[in-house]
Amino acid sequence: MTARLTKHRDSALWLAAMVHRISGLALAIFLPFHFLALGLAIDSDARFESFLRWTDQPLVKFAEGGLVFLLAVHLLGGLRVLVIENFAWRDGQKQLATLAAAVSVLIAVGFLARVF
Amino acid sequence: MNVRLYVWQRATAAVMAPLVLGHLAVIFYATRQGLSAADILARTRGSIVWAAYYGLFVAAASIHAAIGIRNIFSEWSPFNERQAGFLAILFGLLLALLGARAVAAVVLS
Amino acid sequence: MSGQISELSVSLWRGGKSGRYQTYSVPRRESQTVLDVVTFVQRHLDPTLSYRFACRVGVCGSCAMTVNGRPRWTCRTHVGKVADNGRLEIGPLANLPVIKDLTTDMEIFFRNWQKAKGAFVPSQTRHEPIAQIRPDSPARIAADAAIECINCGVCYAGCDTVRWNSGYVGPAALTRAWTLVNDERDGGNTARLQAVAADGGCHSCHSHQSCQELCPQTLNPTAAIAGLKRRTAAAYLKGEIEA
Repeated sequence: MTARLTKHRDSALWLAAMVHRISGLALAIFLPFHFLALGLAIDSDARFESFLRWTDQPLVKFAEGGLVFLLAVHLLGGLRVLVIENFAWRDGQKQLATLAAAVSVLIAVGFLARVF
Repeated sequence: MNVRLYVWQRATAAVMAPLVLGHLAVIFYATRQGLSAADILARTRGSIVWAAYYGLFVAAASIHAAIGIRNIFSEWSPFNERQAGFLAILFGLLLALLGARAVAAVVLS
Repeated sequence: MSGQISELSVSLWRGGKSGRYQTYSVPRRESQTVLDVVTFVQRHLDPTLSYRFACRVGVCGSCAMTVNGRPRWTCRTHVGKVADNGRLEIGPLANLPVIKDLTTDMEIFFRNWQKAKGAFVPSQTRHEPIAQIRPDSPARIAADAAIECINCGVCYAGCDTVRWNSGYVGPAALTRAWTLVNDERDGGNTARLQAVAADGGCHSCHSHQSCQELCPQTLNPTAAIAGLKRRTAAAYLKGEIEA
């Protein structure tokens, strides 16, 4: 193994790019299950209803909070990319990236407050 | 990743930005009201608006996620570009089919 | 770091693709650079060490290596700035094949430059009057902001997308292409945009911005690549280039 390249990944912007990718991957994996759950309504309202009641469990609600966070952070990360690609920004980007993460957390917390 | 995929990726992202915000609003509303399945389906059944909104959402998400997955496959897995592209198309089709089925499930009676 | 450390513990990569780090003791001197350290080892401790340098003063880009996990110009890196507790770990630049010890084969780096069509294509002959380029035109300002690349390879070595995507031409090649896209005298821009719009071109960049963080010339390849993304998208939508 040759030179160990590590230090550049300390950057907040690199981390923002990784969070964007991982959140996208997680959402992509989640989506088929989401669609299957909604598809339960085809069988009968009752099946859909019992699924919704399953989601009342606290652990599931936490997971849903996590999903809301992923959605928000992926959207805001995407906005970061659109800003970088269309405006010649350099200063203040790190603060923006941190702000985006913070806003996502707020949204997710807001969601959790609503469902608990 | 080339210019064609890039344009589709950015375009579907732009289309989905407002759709996601609307979806978050729907989620917050539904959870605050504590809606049951019957409540939800009463609102969605027969709704053209619902069908159009979420039909568009499913189409855009399927394309967007497929392109994103393609990037991940080609960079983080042993598959080559062609294989990554093929798997991504499969994934996109899966999402589109399941998504269309889900929209139909809540819109059609 | 205080001046009390009198000796540095310096680990240098020895070998090719496989090998190991070998540690040497190097006397610490004032205003010492990492290149001074490597040179000391080769001249006084181990003449079999292979490494590259030329100007020693930060204008040629030959001495770039990985120093304590980060690609740098060794001639412009003071030991005091990077040596944690008197320890240095120095290896060849990442993302490039290792020839021996601290030297890498930069052939693919330069081949990517060609692949991105980073060479000027003349549009006039010697018989035409000299082109009058306004230095304050937006295009020239954009080109000038990216023109000082000396092809040191630091950005290429620091780019994760280069590491993950063997077809990606890399930030330096694209930055060079960007300067030419903005050069009014250049006659080859359709072919150039076509080249950077293909697989492995500018759209492979995920804007990690490591290149911008690391560039010793304080260039911003991310911004140059963003410019290429805009230009190629517009050209594609207008039908001037194909996917």
